[in-house]
Amino acid sequence: MEILLVLALPLAGGVILALVGHRRYAAEVNSLFSFLTLAAAVRLAVLVVDRGSFVAMDELFFVDPFNVFLVALTAFVSFTTTLFSRPYMRNEAAKGKLSPNMMRLYHSMFQVFGFTMLLALLTNNIGILWVAMEAATLATVLLVSLYRTPASLEAAWKYFILCGVGIAQALFGTILVYFAAERVLGSGGNALLWTHLYGVKDQLEPTVLGLAFVFLLVGYGTKVGLAPLHNWLPDAHAEGPTPISAVLSGLLLNVALYAVVRSKALVDGALGTPLAGNLMMGFGLLSVVVAAFFLSRQKDVKRLFAYSSIEHMGLTTFAFGMGGPVATFAAMLHMTVHSLTKSAIFFVVGHAVQKTGTQQIDEIRGLNITNPTIGWGLMLGSLAILGMPPFGVFASEFMILTTAMREHSWATPFLLIALGVAFAAVFSKVQGMVFGDTTAQRLPHPPALVPVFVHLALVLMLGLYIPPYLAAWYRQATQLFG
Amino acid sequence: MNLPFSAQLINLMASLLLLIAFAMLSQRRILSLIYLFAWQGAVLCANTLIVAWSTGQPHLYYSAMITLVLKVIILPWLLHRLIVRLNIKWDVETMINIPITMLIGIALVIFAFNLALPIAQWAETITRSTLGIAIASVLLSFLMMITRRKAVPQVIGFLAMENGLFFAATSTTYGMPMVVELGIALDVLVGTFIFGIFFFQIRETFDSLDIRNLEKLKED
Repeated sequence: MEILLVLALPLAGGVILALVGHRRYAAEVNSLFSFLTLAAAVRLAVLVVDRGSFVAMDELFFVDPFNVFLVALTAFVSFTTTLFSRPYMRNEAAKGKLSPNMMRLYHSMFQVFGFTMLLALLTNNIGILWVAMEAATLATVLLVSLYRTPASLEAAWKYFILCGVGIAQALFGTILVYFAAERVLGSGGNALLWTHLYGVKDQLEPTVLGLAFVFLLVGYGTKVGLAPLHNWLPDAHAEGPTPISAVLSGLLLNVALYAVVRSKALVDGALGTPLAGNLMMGFGLLSVVVAAFFLSRQKDVKRLFAYSSIEHMGLTTFAFGMGGPVATFAAMLHMTVHSLTKSAIFFVVGHAVQKTGTQQIDEIRGLNITNPTIGWGLMLGSLAILGMPPFGVFASEFMILTTAMREHSWATPFLLIALGVAFAAVFSKVQGMVFGDTTAQRLPHPPALVPVFVHLALVLMLGLYIPPYLAAWYRQATQLFG
Repeated sequence: MNLPFSAQLINLMASLLLLIAFAMLSQRRILSLIYLFAWQGAVLCANTLIVAWSTGQPHLYYSAMITLVLKVIILPWLLHRLIVRLNIKWDVETMINIPITMLIGIALVIFAFNLALPIAQWAETITRSTLGIAIASVLLSFLMMITRRKAVPQVIGFLAMENGLFFAATSTTYGMPMVVELGIALDVLVGTFIFGIFFFQIRETFDSLDIRNLEKLKED
């Protein structure tokens, strides 16, 4: 019942906004639905903390500490993004970039996108997980090309084709898992359910599952943005409306990684070898290094932070790949803080771009003169994402690095160099944008900066102090993969 | 080798599928490409029916129905309407010339059979020998997507790839459960609509459906 509510609210929101999404009050309706979804998600989380994991609706859905933590995060960031998107999209409309139909599409698809992500997280069926991931691409692809500029069409086409091909690999992986499971669990729906699969994971045919994992990792890894499958990501982030960049970066990548991590736990049980973990570490490390070196060459501010997302998702994948309690804990913390920090950065960047009328880093100057909150928001957000103490990213990166030093010392130099290069690249660029003579102008609708500082405050808190219930929650989730 | 009659029929269907995949790879006319895609759907549907009939799996009849409606009727009709409205017919340009593409295709088929060998060993279905062909047709569609310059053939390649995956599912496991198959069908349908919208947007912006227009975003 609680699960159904979490899913029904955004779906209903999508339908209603498809009818009224162009009206003046659409942004408020959008926020309202996201807020209700957040309330339902919090209620579900409280329930899981009290009762532990459970299945519902004829085993169609299930919740455990791992997915409920992502559900709460997804609902929270979706809600704050709607708060940001209200003035942002009005400013865009005031510039004449959007027609009423486009606004309707945007509002409706925003809710549908939230629905598909929550469905992917909550479903017990790996087939439905695939369907929901594909639907998440379908919901966002027209949003990436919302402005109908040549560049945005190209970005959307690339996003669609690459993620479509990628996700087709994941379907083949899913078929292989079903094939292996069917021999143990019998044909019919049960052989696709996580809860049943985990029960028999040591009886599944290792050769088939090993191959299945390769396909699943490549497939869902395309959506995580792992190098060398990351080409769609910077384009899609740079050309779409900024609220979409924020949720793509902050949420969709997490959900895709969730699929990979769940598959890893299954395959580890069947194989009894570290193959899955090693593959994830390899892809993760490659992404960190590749992204770090691309960072310094970026001229577009949204592309810059898109590459930073690839770097952080690579780091999280690496940490999940290492496995073990500390690394898994750190990976989950990193997922949380990255999602909060990166969406906050995109909120600030969105307004900065509107104020200066360009995404070129060289032409954005002196943000803290016209609006110190935007300037300092960008500065603090960037420091947080670069892993400066006392922010939460520092805590998670520190745990990941120390575990890597102890268990996979060969990887540490790569990680340290990549983090250093990323710091130098991003910090120098951000400094130029925040200080100096200004090129910014006043906006017709005042920007919503509360979400930015709420996110950053949370990240700061997670760096200094993790509330006991949150820590217990992470630990329970960690045990699932221990 | 002495195979039951139904297994022989299934092998026949599989080889037809492989033939169609190669025919698509060598096809220059866009209209014929759509007909081939419809034929591929028809063979897939016939194959599913034979498997359903010979193994007595009732849900396969439904999935054969879905295939018939979606892949033989709706999708080719949609694509046909699109190219009529966009007024394009002889539009297929390839990046590599066709004989070389075919040679690469043959290499892919050999690779696919090698990949399928360890998996098919574990399968107990009467269709297991066709898994190699299923993987081959996925890879051939992939090749088609890579080598085509225009948007419409790329999309047909994408849909053909989904057909190959569907064939893989029937040949290893007698098909996925119904909920999943319905979900996949819905995704494919919505995806095709979105592709259609895209064609118009791309045409409006660039006056052509050439993918070369979509290669501007690069790292410098």
